[in-house]
Amino acid sequence: MALTPVITAHWDEPDCFTVDGYKKVGGYRAIKKALKMDPDDVINIIKDSGLRGRGGAGFPTGMKWSFVPQNDGHPHYLTVNGDESEPGACKDIPIMMANPQALIEGIIITCWAIRAEHAFVYIRGEVPEPIRRMHAAVADAEAHGFLGENILGSGMNLKLTVTSGAGAYICGEETALLDSLEGRRGQPRLKPPFPAVAGLYSAPTVINNVETITSVPYIIENGVSWYRSMGTDKSPGFKVWAVSGHVNRPGIYEAPLGITMGELLDYAGGIRDGHELKFWLPGGSSVPLLLQDHLDTPMTYEDIAAAGSMLGTGTPMLFDDTTSVVKAITRWLEFYKHESCGKCTPCREGTAWITGSLERFQEGVGRSEDIEGLVELSNHILGRSFCALGDAAATPYEPALKAFRSEFEAARHQPVDEAFPPAATMIIPPETANLAGAAT
Amino acid sequence: MAISEQVRAECRQLMDRYPQDRSALVPMLHLLQSEQGMVTAEGLELCAELLDLSTAEVRAVATFYTMYRLRSQGGEHHIGVCVNTACGLLGGDAIFDALSKRLSVSNGEVTADGRFTLERIECQAACTHSPVVTVDWEYFDQMDIDKMMDVIDKLEAGEEVVATRGPAVRGWRAAEKTIAGIDDGLGYKSDAIDSLMLAGLNQAKERGETAPDPKDF
Repeated sequence: MALTPVITAHWDEPDCFTVDGYKKVGGYRAIKKALKMDPDDVINIIKDSGLRGRGGAGFPTGMKWSFVPQNDGHPHYLTVNGDESEPGACKDIPIMMANPQALIEGIIITCWAIRAEHAFVYIRGEVPEPIRRMHAAVADAEAHGFLGENILGSGMNLKLTVTSGAGAYICGEETALLDSLEGRRGQPRLKPPFPAVAGLYSAPTVINNVETITSVPYIIENGVSWYRSMGTDKSPGFKVWAVSGHVNRPGIYEAPLGITMGELLDYAGGIRDGHELKFWLPGGSSVPLLLQDHLDTPMTYEDIAAAGSMLGTGTPMLFDDTTSVVKAITRWLEFYKHESCGKCTPCREGTAWITGSLERFQEGVGRSEDIEGLVELSNHILGRSFCALGDAAATPYEPALKAFRSEFEAARHQPVDEAFPPAATMIIPPETANLAGAAT
Repeated sequence: MAISEQVRAECRQLMDRYPQDRSALVPMLHLLQSEQGMVTAEGLELCAELLDLSTAEVRAVATFYTMYRLRSQGGEHHIGVCVNTACGLLGGDAIFDALSKRLSVSNGEVTADGRFTLERIECQAACTHSPVVTVDWEYFDQMDIDKMMDVIDKLEAGEEVVATRGPAVRGWRAAEKTIAGIDDGLGYKSDAIDSLMLAGLNQAKERGETAPDPKDF
């Protein structure tokens, strides 16, 4: 399957992020079209396009927009989720740095559709570069009359606020994000009510991922049949894939949904020389791992689910034969334990228990009951936590044990750093052996 | 150190950006941290005063987020080493250990001379660029021990150090002000797009592959 640069098509132009640079390549034409349309028709186009949320869940975007009640007398809000913090996910930050104007144009169109007059881009706090770039891009768009009062004479008013977090993965969960944006601890809310009915300040709110909203102007400008000519019937369109790990050419690749990992891996130059693929994750640390056998599986929401994983953020991480699966998973669990917001018991306690178990394997003192215990512990979290963070922490063991049980067995007696020397896993190994041995 | 009238004005400027003032709290705490090198009791009280909250409410928020320092001053430069799987196993662990040894500090500590804070950090949304280190939260991509030692040499000598995707580093407190959302004038100035972000576009051009032409529909 061929690469189809759309969002990324002009990133090699030196001014691709400015209003002028974006207009040169056809930008800000879609809003002229959209602002002449009935807002409901814009929603219908996005529904017909089949665009699905790129933040991980793959929920149909147009349907989400249509849940916002109209003529309800409340202000409506759009909140763009730029909290990108999922281990492995690294597509929204590049989009905000390289194509912020398409995101802003998408925000304007979305706000027209859902009748919102104030939108927010919530960016994680640890990334000043996309934060300053988004602020500059918004000021640029304001100066050109694309934001503010009576945009392009349409009567539409829109204020766009760029705001930042302060180091909390959980704020990528949409209701936790809303609490953070309200100036509170970022902890998930119980749903229902869903944000479309009671979101920011209890008003109807749409929350969409950066990549989702950035896709919108291209769909409006080029049409549904153009969009649907890419991808599959249920998973249509183009997608920004961020390929990382032990590959020769890691980076950003834009191709339709339905491309296989094998094809993407070919573009990415294959697994690093002298090594073989051991396992890979299609979309962040929260999805079950897949193997070599799955390289031919089309990367759609349906096919990846049928293969036993999830498409997630569509940012595959690939690891070669030097990598300890025990160590990789332990590191992810340490992350979930660190990032658990502490609101619900299964996640708060469960992530700590599982991490303890895994760290024993990592040190070579795993207990026999720990192996089945991982599955048992994870069953106490799965479906019992407030939000998906707990589920993510409960996800890795069954597929890992199925494919690599012997590694867990071995880690009852041998530290993983002995079985898998850390220097071998590194891209540029340190010259001195003592540094190599001192990992973790 | 008293909080200047200018910073109070900047706090109000942040509050003006939201329909409800309290929404400015997370950015305001960054701003006050930038001003004072940590979130002080005085900073918490100012937030409470401006937002009509109790200091306990403000403290509850400040303690939730990992970027705020509530116990001690941060160093002049913040060095963050991503140790999540894709960075840590591919080199970040060794980089952290080397830095820890060189600077004689462990995770979260500030060097005795106040020059550096060293921190193990979580995924920076740059896995394509692993192993990733941040200096004052700016991206230093595809790092190794040698490159990192060179960065520290230059910072210690007071020389300019430019991020791989971002501007020359300006100190942790200046970065905190940018993160708060106060304009630093650099939004359009730095080179934020690199060859890895263009990997797919370059492949597509080499192979003559494009998205379908809208004219055909």
